[in-house]
Parts: sequence; C-alpha cells; structure tokens
Amino acid sequence: MSSKIVLQARNIVKDLGQGAGKVRALKGVSLTLHAGELTLLMGPSGSGKTTLLSILGCILAPTEGEVIIDGRSMKGLGPEGLAALRREHIGFIFQSYNLFPTLNAMENVRLALDVRGMSAQEAQVRAEQALRDVGLGHRLRNYPRNLSGGEQQRVAVARALAGAPSVILADEPTAALDSENGQAVMQLLSEIAKDKSRAVLAVTHDSRTLPFADRIVTIEDGLIVGEKRPSGARENISKIDVTRKRKAHV
Amino acid sequence: MILTLAMRNLFHDRIRLIVTLVGILFSIVLVAVQLGLYLGAKRMIVDMIDNSNGQLWITTYGAKSFEEGGILLTPRERHAALSTPGVKAVVPLIVMFAEWRKPGGGSTNSVLVGTDPEDGGLAPWNVVEGSAEAMSAPDAVLVDKSYMQDLGVTAIGDTAQIEQGRVRIRGFTDGIRSFTMAPYIFTTLKRARSLLGMPGENSSFFLVQLQDGADPEIVRADLKSRISGTEVLSKAEFRERSLDQWLFSTGAGVALIGGAILGLIVGVVIVAQTLYSSTKDHLNEFATLRALGSSSGYIIKVILAQAALSAIIGYILGMAIAMVVVAFSGQTALPILMTPALALFLFAITLGMCAISAVSAIVKVTKIDPAMVFSR
Repeated sequence: MSSKIVLQARNIVKDLGQGAGKVRALKGVSLTLHAGELTLLMGPSGSGKTTLLSILGCILAPTEGEVIIDGRSMKGLGPEGLAALRREHIGFIFQSYNLFPTLNAMENVRLALDVRGMSAQEAQVRAEQALRDVGLGHRLRNYPRNLSGGEQQRVAVARALAGAPSVILADEPTAALDSENGQAVMQLLSEIAKDKSRAVLAVTHDSRTLPFADRIVTIEDGLIVGEKRPSGARENISKIDVTRKRKAHV
Repeated sequence: MILTLAMRNLFHDRIRLIVTLVGILFSIVLVAVQLGLYLGAKRMIVDMIDNSNGQLWITTYGAKSFEEGGILLTPRERHAALSTPGVKAVVPLIVMFAEWRKPGGGSTNSVLVGTDPEDGGLAPWNVVEGSAEAMSAPDAVLVDKSYMQDLGVTAIGDTAQIEQGRVRIRGFTDGIRSFTMAPYIFTTLKRARSLLGMPGENSSFFLVQLQDGADPEIVRADLKSRISGTEVLSKAEFRERSLDQWLFSTGAGVALIGGAILGLIVGVVIVAQTLYSSTKDHLNEFATLRALGSSSGYIIKVILAQAALSAIIGYILGMAIAMVVVAFSGQTALPILMTPALALFLFAITLGMCAISAVSAIVKVTKIDPAMVFSR
C-alpha cells in the first residue's frame, strides 16, 4: 500500500473502569489508515470496536500507546487539545445520526463549521455544497423530524464532510437504516473514501456493507485478529445501482 | 450559530421558557419595587433638606434627623451665629411632630414645619393650589394633596386643629411626602410657635447662609467654637444623618434592601433550576458538539447566550410590569421611584443573576464525556 498514511495507532492499550471492576478493553492494537481507503472494523459485541473508534477519534485517551493523525500525536494532550485535534482532522458519523433537532439540515452542517471558527459566509457556502454533494440540495431547510432516517444520516455525512477532515470515523452508520438506505449511505462513504487525501473507517456489524470495503479489519477480545483486502470490492459495488434505488426510496 | 443554537434551545421547550421568564419577571418586579421604594424613601427623607437654601445647618447636639431636632435652640445662639464672620443670614426653622385634629373627628400625627418664606430659607414648593405667600394669612397652613384624606380635608378653606389651635387650609402642594407617614404641615414661624406653645423665639434648626466667597469649612469651625452644645453640619452631612436615622437605625432601609436581595435569590434559584434542566435535556447535543471538536468555551458561550436571552426577555417583561406598579404608586403616600440609573442597574443585575444561574449548567456541561455519543 503506497498511499498516504493519515492515521496511525501504535500498541494501543485501554483500561476501562477502576479497581476490581477494571477491564482491559484493548490489549495492544496497532492500526494504520491510508488515504483513499474505506476500512471496515468488524467484530462481535464487547470486542473493543467502539473503544478503539473513540481512541482513534481522540475522544478517549489510550492508557498506553500513541495515535498520530496527519503527523500530529495525541500523546499528552488534555481535553481541549484533543478537541482541537478532532476539530481539525476528524469527521464523525454516528449510529443515531446525532443531529440537533432544533436546527435544520443546513444549520446542522454549519454548526460543525462554526465550531471550527469558520466565517458565517464561508460556512454557508461550504454547508450548502456538502449537502448538495450528498444529494440533499432540495432539503436544506428541513428539520431532522421532517427527514427520513436515510436523509438524516446523509446530513450527518455532510456534516462530517464539510470540514474537509483527513479521517472520517463512522460508528455503525447503517445500523438504524433499512437495506436500501444503508446501501445508499455506504455508497456515499465509499465515494468519499475515493478522495486521495482522506481515509474512512466504519465500525459495523452489518454484512451488507462488506462489498463497499477496501479493507476489512477484525477485532476480537481487544486484539486485531484479522485483516483482509477483498479483491475487486470496488468493482462489485458498481454493479449495485444504489443511487437509483436511493432516489426511488427517498 | 451560538446565538441561533441558544435561541432554539430556549424556545424549543415553551413551558420551561415560560417558567424561566416568570422567575426572572417576578424577581425583577420584586427588586424594582423594593429598590424603587428605597429610592422613594430616600427622596422623601431628604426632600426638605435638598429644597432648603443654606450651606450649613445648626442643630442641637445629637439631632437625629429633620423631623427629630431634639431640644430647642435659643435666640442667643442665633445671634452668636449671626456675628460670625462669613455668615450672611441665619434662618430659624421649627420642625416638630404635632397632633392634627381632623375637622370631621379623629386625629393623626403630623410634622409641623414653621418657616417664613420671605427669609429665603425654606418655603413650600410645588404649590398647586393657593400660594406660599398665603401662609401669612390668619391661621393659614399648607398641606400636600396626597394627604388630604389622611388629614380629613378636601379643599382650600377647610379648617382643622393642631394641638389646641385652629388652622385653615390656604394652599396645597404636590409631591412633598413624608417618610414618617406624618404629613408635613407648613405654616409661619410665629404660628408654629404659638400652636406648639413654644416659649420665646426658640427654634429647632438654624439654616446658615454664607456670604459670597466665604469658606464653608472656616465658617463652620468658627461657628462650632462660638456656639457650644450645638452641632454645625453641612447640608450633605445633615442629609446623611437623616438617611441614616430613618433608613438604617429604624431598620426600614434594611428591610427594603433585604426584600430586594430575597427577590434576587428567588430569581437565581428559578433561573438556575430551569437552565440546569434545559442543559440536562440537551446533554446529548452538547456531547455531540464536544465530539465534533468544539471547545468547552464554545459550549459555555451557548449556555451563557441562553442565560443572556432569558435575561433580556425577562427584563423587558419585568420592567413593563414594574413601570405599571410605579405609575400606580405615584399618587400614594409611598411612591416607588424609577430612575434611569435604577433601570440600568436592574438590567445589570438581571444579566448578573442569569450568569450566576448558568454556573450549575456550565459545571454540568464541562463534565460531559464526549464518548457518550457512542452509547445512544
């Protein structure tokens, strides 16, 4: 793999809880994310997927080990330093979308840019473009309650995308969606991952997402136990006319 | 976006917004009324002193206030004052509580103010019916319109009795109110002495007017050395002494300020409670914001903006009600005063109150674990 490394995790150990209740959730995980790749992180419940995602996303600090994003290490950073790293380099997509119910689609995306300190005018342009890119140009002023699950998740994708992060981390992005909307979102992530400056990592249980993966990493009991690169995965995707189905469904 | 988010969070739950606004409104009205009463009381206490024409006041030793001059000053002391270099005039005043017997029966306490307007020391002001000069007519007194009912009079020409002497209403003033609730009754020096049965030409106070260019401090020191057993106070000192006596020695001012503080505490508790519960309801959103990389400062600004918006809306509504109360109090014996400075002060304390109320919400939000976004 010769493409740019955007995220590198080295020997990550994470202990959760305290005293007798202390559990070692991650036992020395090393993982590298390359630009232009959609990586799926799979594993059974309790295997440490979400903990690893939280550490890769600079939300949790590891007990041991180091994460380097775009050449910047998170070692020694406090909560504000970690927040700055997230702000500058990471976009999140959540299982339950986590949109602000009191803000419309445009405002939800703009908020993520406002947090970055972007001017209102520039944020407006970027947010609108991001929503058009995910096919929601006609839903800019709609509130989450007026959007379908698939549309809400696409707003979340636009929000993650708008800040032009080098890494997009998705937590079970299709879990709350039906098959067609799930495929549409995965198709979107797959397209986003084609950008040679960006890596996408999705934690998933959903086997329907497999055809979209460039790489599948399996985690079990806090350790990475397998990694494979499905041959011709991207070619297989082209056979699925997800765009047409998405439009028909939405 | 901070303001947008704050506004949407605030207006999202209308019931909670109403509770917040009622809390602020209640607090504002209570504080405005208490402080307005305090200012009104202050004005009533010092109105006579402020409207007097004289730089220095000679009082008997230990005189507590305008209404409580203590034992009387004698003509000998007046002559000693008049012979002091730098003194232009020494105007005698009589101020004493006296019983007012109503024409229709019954009596009430009053404060008899004996003064000769032509002396240029103290004359009734804001005379709306009759005239100050009419005081020189036989048995004449002037009273304030707001006390007509208390005094049992309805028009010029009505008669009543002070102690054992008959008096006749010759004019009405407007807005000369008494903090002691005993109405001021203006009459001439001679008649005051006669009504009160005072011997000779004794007086309660001497109002000292200085010659042009005279140094008040030098004259004051000279007067002190010449007239023993008296106090020589500047106008400002006499004001302070009267305020101190009525507002703080009697506890009235403390009660008013205490009421205002109570209003503030109630406001803080209600606003803090509603802001805290609003923040708790939006905790997942704040955690998402944190996960998206917002600084804790950004989130604190959202909460403070919510507090500030509540303060502004609550202040406008509270002041509107307070102004109605102020207007209604205008014609009562205890008027509530609203000044631009008090209105500004109320706005500042409303903002302060809401900022303090936001503390518990801010503490809650700074403890957010952004990892909770994965557990929804």
